[in-house]
Amino acid sequence: MPQVKLISRFFEIENSHRLRVYEENGGYSAARKVVTENWEPDKIINTVKASNLRGLGGAGFPAGVKWGFVPKDHEGPKYLVVNADESEPGTFKDRHVMINAPHLLLEGVIIAALSIAAKDVYIYIRGEYWEAYHVLERAIKEAEKAGYLGKNIFGSGHSIKVHIHRGAGAYICGEETALLSSLEGFKGWPKLKPPFPAVKGLFSMPTIINNVETLSYVPIVIEKGPEYFAGLGVERSGGARLFGVSGHVNRPGVYELPLGTPMRELIHEHAGGIREGRSLKAVIPGGTSCPVLTAEEAEKVNLDFDSLAEIDSMLGSAGVIVMDETTDMVKVLCRICKFYSFESCGQCTPCREGTGWMARIMERIVSGNGHYQDLDDLLDIASMIGGNTICPLGDAAALPVTSFIKKFRDEFEAKASAGSITAASSRLSAEEL
Amino acid sequence: MSVSFPEKDRKLVEEMIRHYPHKKSAIGDVLYLAQKHFGYITPEVELYVASLLDLPASYVHQVVTFYSMYLKKPVGKYLIMLCDNVSCLLCGAEDLLGRIKEKLGIEVGETTQEGKFTLWTVECLGACEQAPVMMINDKLYGNLTPDKLDRLLDSLE
Ligand SMILES: Cc1cc2nc3c(=O)[nH]c(=O)nc-3n(C[C@H](O)[C@H](O)[C@H](O)COP(=O)(O)O)c2cc1C
Ligand code: SF4
Ligand code: FES
Repeated sequence: MPQVKLISRFFEIENSHRLRVYEENGGYSAARKVVTENWEPDKIINTVKASNLRGLGGAGFPAGVKWGFVPKDHEGPKYLVVNADESEPGTFKDRHVMINAPHLLLEGVIIAALSIAAKDVYIYIRGEYWEAYHVLERAIKEAEKAGYLGKNIFGSGHSIKVHIHRGAGAYICGEETALLSSLEGFKGWPKLKPPFPAVKGLFSMPTIINNVETLSYVPIVIEKGPEYFAGLGVERSGGARLFGVSGHVNRPGVYELPLGTPMRELIHEHAGGIREGRSLKAVIPGGTSCPVLTAEEAEKVNLDFDSLAEIDSMLGSAGVIVMDETTDMVKVLCRICKFYSFESCGQCTPCREGTGWMARIMERIVSGNGHYQDLDDLLDIASMIGGNTICPLGDAAALPVTSFIKKFRDEFEAKASAGSITAASSRLSAEEL
Repeated sequence: MSVSFPEKDRKLVEEMIRHYPHKKSAIGDVLYLAQKHFGYITPEVELYVASLLDLPASYVHQVVTFYSMYLKKPVGKYLIMLCDNVSCLLCGAEDLLGRIKEKLGIEVGETTQEGKFTLWTVECLGACEQAPVMMINDKLYGNLTPDKLDRLLDSLE
C-alpha cells in the first residue's frame, strides 16, 4: 500500500512549523469549524469515535471512548495533558510531528480540549527534546497572537491556555499516572488504577492524557470526515499512523501508512530494504517493550493492532527496529534488560529486583560467563514480574526476555553454554593442579 | 558563593509558578534554572529551591535524585551524551564509544582533566532514524561516523 500523507505531508513543506505556512495549507480550518459552528462536546466525541482513531502512544485505547469517560457534571477544572515524553527505545515519530507540524498538534489540542471542556492544557515534553520544545513554544505564541489559543478563541468566548512542562530524564514518566505525578512536582511514580485519570487525574481533577500523534490526527478526522479516516485502515484499527523505522535498513525514517499494511512492504519498499543486501533476522515491531518477531513472522504479519496481537506481539509505539543476519540477539536483549533495570522506578519489588537480576544475568552471559541454568532462571524471573506490578513497565521488561529466548533459543544456549564450558574447564584445571 | 538568584531570576520563578495551581509543580523548571545558574545541584541549592517553593529540602532532594538530567556533580564544558540503546547499538554505537574514550582518555562518567569534556552513555534519545546519535549539551548530532566524531570534537573550543 502506498504511503498516505495526512500528518507527514507537513514533513515535506518548507517552514510548515510557522503559522502562516500551516494556514496556507489549510491549517486551523477544523478547529475554526468546530468552534464557529458551535459543536457540542458530544458531537466531537462521536465523530472521533466513528473514525476508529486509537491511542498511538502505545496502548491503543480508542480516543473518542476515552474522552467520553470524563464526567460531564464535574464542577471545577478539567485538564487535557499531551504525552510528549517519547522515550520508548526505537520511537521518534512524535519528535517529527512537533518539529514539523506543531500547529497540527495545537489544533488537535483545541478540539480535544473543547470536547471535555478543559481550559488548561499541559504538554509534557521529555527534557532532551530541546528543538521540539522551542518550536512548540514559538507555535503557542503565534497561535495566541492569532487568537486561536488563549482567551476567547476564534472570538467564541472559550479560553484554552496551553502550558509546556519539561521532563528531566526518566522513561517511566511516559506512563500516564507517573507523568501526572511528575507534572504535580513529584517523582515520576506510577499509581494504581482505578481511579482512572479521566475521573481523578491531574491535581485530582478529571484529566485526559493523549499522545502527540493521536491528537494530531484529530483535525484530520474532522476535516476529512470520520468515514474517510476509518476507511483507510482495517476493521477496528482506524486510519493510518506514523511508523518509525530504524536499525539495519537503507532508509530509516518515518513512514505514514494505512493500518493493515504488510510489514514486508514497510521494510523492503518504503524503508529501502536491508542494508548491504543482507537478510532479515528479526524485528521489534513497536518499541523495545513489544515481543520480538522472527524474520518469518515479520514477512507475514500486517501492521495493525489485531494482526500483531494474533502472534502475541503488539504494535506499541510503532517504532520498528529492524535487525539483519549479523545481529547478536544476546547483546540486544542484554541492552534492553539494562534499560528496564535502569528505568524501573523501584516501587514494586518484582520489577525493581527482577529487572536488576535479569540485567545482571544477561551481562554475565554476554561476557562469556553464563550457565545453562541462566536461561531458565531468566524465564522464571520474567514470569514472576509479569502481571504483578503497579504499572505495565514490569510487563514491558518481561516480554522481550521471554520472546527473545523463546524465538532465538539456540543462539542464547550457545552463548550461555560457552560460559558453562569455561567454568567447567577452569574447575578441571584447578583440580589438575 | 551565597546561593540565591538575582532579582531577574526570582521574577522568572514567579512566572514559572503561575502556570500551575500549586507552587510545587514548578520544581522542575526551577531546578533547571538553578542548574543553569550554579552549574549543578548541591545540597545548598536544594535548600534554596526548597525555600522558594515552600517545600522541605528532603522533598527537593528526592526529586533531584529521581531524574537523570539534574546534575548532582560538576560536568565539563561539553557534556557528551552518547546513546547506546538498541537502534544505535545496531548502527555502531560501540565503536564510537571506544573512539571517544580513546581520544579523550576517559571512561564513561568521567571528565577530562582540563574540565572540557564529560562522557555519558544515555538511553534512547528519540532520534533513532539518525543512529548512531549523541547530544553535546543541548544539541543533537546524528548519523555519526568515527571521522565525523573526530572532526566534531576537534571543532569544539
Ligand atoms: C512504561 C511506559 C512508558 C510509556 N511511555 C509513553 C510515551 O513516552 N509516550 C506516550 O504517548 N505514551 C507512553 N505510554 C503510554 C501512556 O501510559 C498512555 O497510554 C498514553 O499516553 C495515552 O495516550 P494515547 O491513548 O493517545 O496513546 C507509556 C506507557 C508505559 C507503561
Ligand atoms: S512496575 Fe516497575 S516501574 Fe512500574 S510502578 Fe512498579 S517498580 Fe515502578
Ligand atoms: S536508540 Fe539511540 S536514539 Fe534511539
